[in-house]
Amino acid sequence: MKVPLSWLREYVDLPAVTAHEVADKLTAAGLKLESIVSHGHEIKNVVVGEVLDIEELPGFKKPIRYCQVEVGEAAPRGIVCGAVNFSVGDRVPVALPGSVLPGGFEIGARKTYGRVSDGMICSEAELGVAESSPGILVLDPDVPIGADVVELLRLRDDVIELEVTPDLGYALSVRGVARETATAFGVPFRDPADLDLPASAETAYPASIGDPAACDRFVLREVSGFDPAAPSPLWLRLRLSRAGMRPVSAAVDVTNYVMLELGQPLHAFDRAKLTGEIVVRRAEPGETLEAIDHVTRELHPEDILITDESGPISMAGTMGGVHTEISGSTTEVVIEAAHFSATGIARMSRRHNLVSEASKRFERGVDRELPLYASWRAARLLVEIGGGTALPGVTHVEVPVEPVRITIPADHPDRVAGMTYGRQTVIRHLEQVGCTVAAGAEGAEGGEGADSGGPAASAATGTVTGGDLSGRLDVSAGSDDLLTVTPPTWRPDLTDPNDLAEEVIRLEGYDKLPSVLPAAPAGGGLTESQRLRRRVGRGLAAAGFVEVLAYPFIGERDFDDLLLPAGDDRRRAARLANPISEDEPLMRTTLLPGLLKTLVRNVGRGFGDVALFESGLVYLPGADAPAVTPVLAVDRRPTAEELASIGASLPAQPARVAVVLAGEFERSGWWGAGRAATWADAVEAARLVAREARAELTVEAAAAEPWHPGRCAALRAGGELAGYAGELHPRVVEAFGLPPRTCAMELDLDVLAALRPGPAQTVPVSSYPVATQDVALIVPVGTPVADVESALREGAGELLESIRLFDVYTGEQAGEGNKSLAYTLRFRAADRTLTVEETTAARDEAVSVAAERLGARLRGA
Amino acid sequence: MSNYDPVEVTPLHADEVARAQTDALAAIAAAGDLDELKQVRLAHAGDRSPIALANREIGALPPQARAEAGKRIGAARKAVGEALAARQAELEAERDARVLVEETVDVTLPWDRAPRGARHPLTTLQERIADAFVAMGYEVAEGPELEAEWFNFDALNIAPDHPARSEHDTFFVESVDSGKVLRTQTSPVQIRALLDRELPVYVISPGKVFRTDELDATHTPVFHQVEGLAVDEGLTMAHLKGTLDRFAEVMFGEGIRTRFRPNYFPFTEPSAEMDLMCFVCRGTSAVQGNPPCRTCKSEGWIEWGGCGMVNPRVLVACGVDPRRYSGFAFGMGIERTLMFRHNAEDMRDMIEGDVRFTLPFGMEV
Repeated sequence: MKVPLSWLREYVDLPAVTAHEVADKLTAAGLKLESIVSHGHEIKNVVVGEVLDIEELPGFKKPIRYCQVEVGEAAPRGIVCGAVNFSVGDRVPVALPGSVLPGGFEIGARKTYGRVSDGMICSEAELGVAESSPGILVLDPDVPIGADVVELLRLRDDVIELEVTPDLGYALSVRGVARETATAFGVPFRDPADLDLPASAETAYPASIGDPAACDRFVLREVSGFDPAAPSPLWLRLRLSRAGMRPVSAAVDVTNYVMLELGQPLHAFDRAKLTGEIVVRRAEPGETLEAIDHVTRELHPEDILITDESGPISMAGTMGGVHTEISGSTTEVVIEAAHFSATGIARMSRRHNLVSEASKRFERGVDRELPLYASWRAARLLVEIGGGTALPGVTHVEVPVEPVRITIPADHPDRVAGMTYGRQTVIRHLEQVGCTVAAGAEGAEGGEGADSGGPAASAATGTVTGGDLSGRLDVSAGSDDLLTVTPPTWRPDLTDPNDLAEEVIRLEGYDKLPSVLPAAPAGGGLTESQRLRRRVGRGLAAAGFVEVLAYPFIGERDFDDLLLPAGDDRRRAARLANPISEDEPLMRTTLLPGLLKTLVRNVGRGFGDVALFESGLVYLPGADAPAVTPVLAVDRRPTAEELASIGASLPAQPARVAVVLAGEFERSGWWGAGRAATWADAVEAARLVAREARAELTVEAAAAEPWHPGRCAALRAGGELAGYAGELHPRVVEAFGLPPRTCAMELDLDVLAALRPGPAQTVPVSSYPVATQDVALIVPVGTPVADVESALREGAGELLESIRLFDVYTGEQAGEGNKSLAYTLRFRAADRTLTVEETTAARDEAVSVAAERLGARLRGA
Repeated sequence: MSNYDPVEVTPLHADEVARAQTDALAAIAAAGDLDELKQVRLAHAGDRSPIALANREIGALPPQARAEAGKRIGAARKAVGEALAARQAELEAERDARVLVEETVDVTLPWDRAPRGARHPLTTLQERIADAFVAMGYEVAEGPELEAEWFNFDALNIAPDHPARSEHDTFFVESVDSGKVLRTQTSPVQIRALLDRELPVYVISPGKVFRTDELDATHTPVFHQVEGLAVDEGLTMAHLKGTLDRFAEVMFGEGIRTRFRPNYFPFTEPSAEMDLMCFVCRGTSAVQGNPPCRTCKSEGWIEWGGCGMVNPRVLVACGVDPRRYSGFAFGMGIERTLMFRHNAEDMRDMIEGDVRFTLPFGMEV
């Protein structure tokens, strides 16, 4: 909302303050300053002159005139001018030599067209009051010669632009902002809507309300004999353009002016084009309307329309129809001022993607008492500008609306704020807002009062009210000092006790609130799974991985690129109705696509050795989950069944961690060659994560997409499949454009967290000496090392302290189809030094279990 | 030798002993390295050295002469022994010095064989903020990112026709009337916390949120918020102010405060916009004539987030009696906080995953 300071001053007795001081106070009251634009301050030395003589200078391509202009000095000035829209005797603005025009444009005496031009005769554009102007600004004949034009035309002004929150519809008007300003400065406010209406029993153009839920007040007035050629006066155009609206024609400008001043959107019809009674109703099937933007819209059955016998003539409170609009020949004008359903207008505006100054105001809430006054103000202004007569009769159709009453304890604002304002302060501020305050629970119980808010009231706060809800919001019980508050009609947003508390607190000043740290009860700290996620992040970062937070949006193509077969569970993804990109309408079911694309981006930017990780949610819709998630009531706690029905319809969203890596995992350097990232690093990353979870991770060979079928490990924890790791399938590498042999791991953190291993247990630390035995076993080449190790462990028994594989050999000496595994076994007892016989026996038992289970034999045996 | 009479033998002559000592000391001094000293030790202090021989002869002396000879030879042995030890130490020190010099390396050589990683600053900033509140007794609450409309909107007093519920702002899961959205705020976690937990509730909920903005320097469709909620008996706006003032101080240093301006949010009433005192200039740059401040653009305050008293309608939707309980809630953007706290100028850097952006942040932000 852009408010010229001069307009504010008409209704507020502001002391000598700057626009910034006004804006600061308004910001503190909740109308946030966006910007301040100053106009006309730089204009200097432009005075009223009378044209005494005009000499046409021939021989130029365009008409050039040399004028003698009387500016109240000793002698007239000779000024060259290229405009022809003035004549001798006209009074015009003259920029004298040494004057400054908008934009810092300085005027001096200069020689032009063979004459010395001793100044400049100005147009509206040159004075900064219009974007363009066809000729010179000709002033009223009675303005005094030599008068300062800036003062005369009130060109100097500051425009304060305010950000108006959606609850404060009333602040989209000079009236509303002026009221807030007056309150903020503690000075009197004159209500521009406080007009004397003519007493008349006559009615104007006939109208009725067809749907009381769409409109609860409808007012028509008429102006007869209006001169359609009458231009808008400069002051009106200046006000409009400074307030951000483009001047159009007198009739349109007047309706806009009254809307800006009072906040009541108005519409003007050409009476000659109306046929029969006007009815406010919803659209009927198949109806269309060509609006003044020349777009013909198909109307929706819920659209609120102004209609006559010809059909729709206006989309209520949004945009008028083209066939009944005011034109250059309109002399009989019908002015409409109404109060429409806020939600109704909001929906229509969004349905048609059509936002107008009128719809903005209606959906935020307009004072329902304004139509009679605003329409009268508009009629009078029209007559003032374009002549004719404002007919005294008025058509006034009304649906009765019970006013909202809210009963609160007098100290309710104190209890919300945490400081003591006192009864008198509370009442004073509520009255400043425009509320009527009565002591006691007068007239209505708080509950009923809030309940009976009209359609506007409920729409403005956007809530479905019910008897139950307002009863639950009632805070008056138990207090013997109650106030019953009736909010003013321009504040439909005030419906609840806390709304009133906010008014008191903001007017007293948010800066007055004390700062008190509450004593929260002792909390339990982070949960185990929250700690786990932090440990995993730190562990992976310490191991060389860099965390990324990729968008969770993917597309079908990602599934194809990952080689996921048709029917793979991971292809069952939640789909967005309005994705950012049509290529990525799905919610990820795996972290890999985002990570792989981030890896490619890094490689493309010259970082070929990359190790990345991401920790985040995936979204896994259940195969049989209900398609629709219920929207529950809000006037009570949902039942357990209702909550369960929501839960059942939402996708499972487990926390995952994944890594991708390519290039060298250990760098080459002056020390020698580095080491390329391999499947083993991916598996080790999984082990690292599992270690942080203190989970025992079982690794076994698997063949799962998108991994290389010979280099893929399934990872199990607690018997459950927790993820996969390994080298990616070469076709996946190709599809994503990855470096060769890119590796990846993805693990379900929720599976690990669910194991809850409890605190780590200590192992006895023996100080007896260690006994070491090496053993080399020949096994078939396909035998998993993990199986050999577990056989050795089992056979070696309790004396085994550790086992370490130090060599894997395939070659002649191992024999065709075999491999040789060389282990160091370390034995130690808790209570004695082991004998050679004991350790040899343990080793032999280890070998024999391996032999029995896997056909292993000692190398060289 | 067949004569058993104790006789004075040559090695025991005082002169001889003195000469042997002199020879020994000279040889010790002349030994150039540890090997030479080893030879000297054998020759002059070994079993067959003159002094050792003399020492052995003492027993053959007549008892009256033994003491005197013993004293003389003992002194010589001691002197030689001490000289040897001293020279040994000297030569060892010389050798060590030489060897260690030979082993000198260039300690400025790089050794980045195992490159470091880093955590994303948006993650660690969320953790840091959560920790500040955990220290005040709060617990970290979490909820789904793909959320029911009821949790994301209705329960938060955001009416079905509210503009935020349009496809211009909110990602809907197909179809538009599925009742499922990508949460547009972390506030639905408030509702879940109130439904799941025993009162009083003090929770902080950081997390990922979604709005249908195109990615540019200051917008991203996927971003992060942290939101706090306290519901207890007797909570007031003063408590909200006190909590945020304390939080500002923990995050930005002693004396940093917050400022409230009236605002509107459907889920809080009263509502406030929360500004943070500029932690760089502490507001001084807003005064004319003082040096400008790039962090707050010389406004003295930085817009940080929104807050307010939990709208009693929200409490009712969660089955909490507003006549007995009140609460406050607040929220702020993590990306925005990262931007002003760390001079990050382009939001795209935060989501693109370029390792150059993330690595400098290390393990904690």
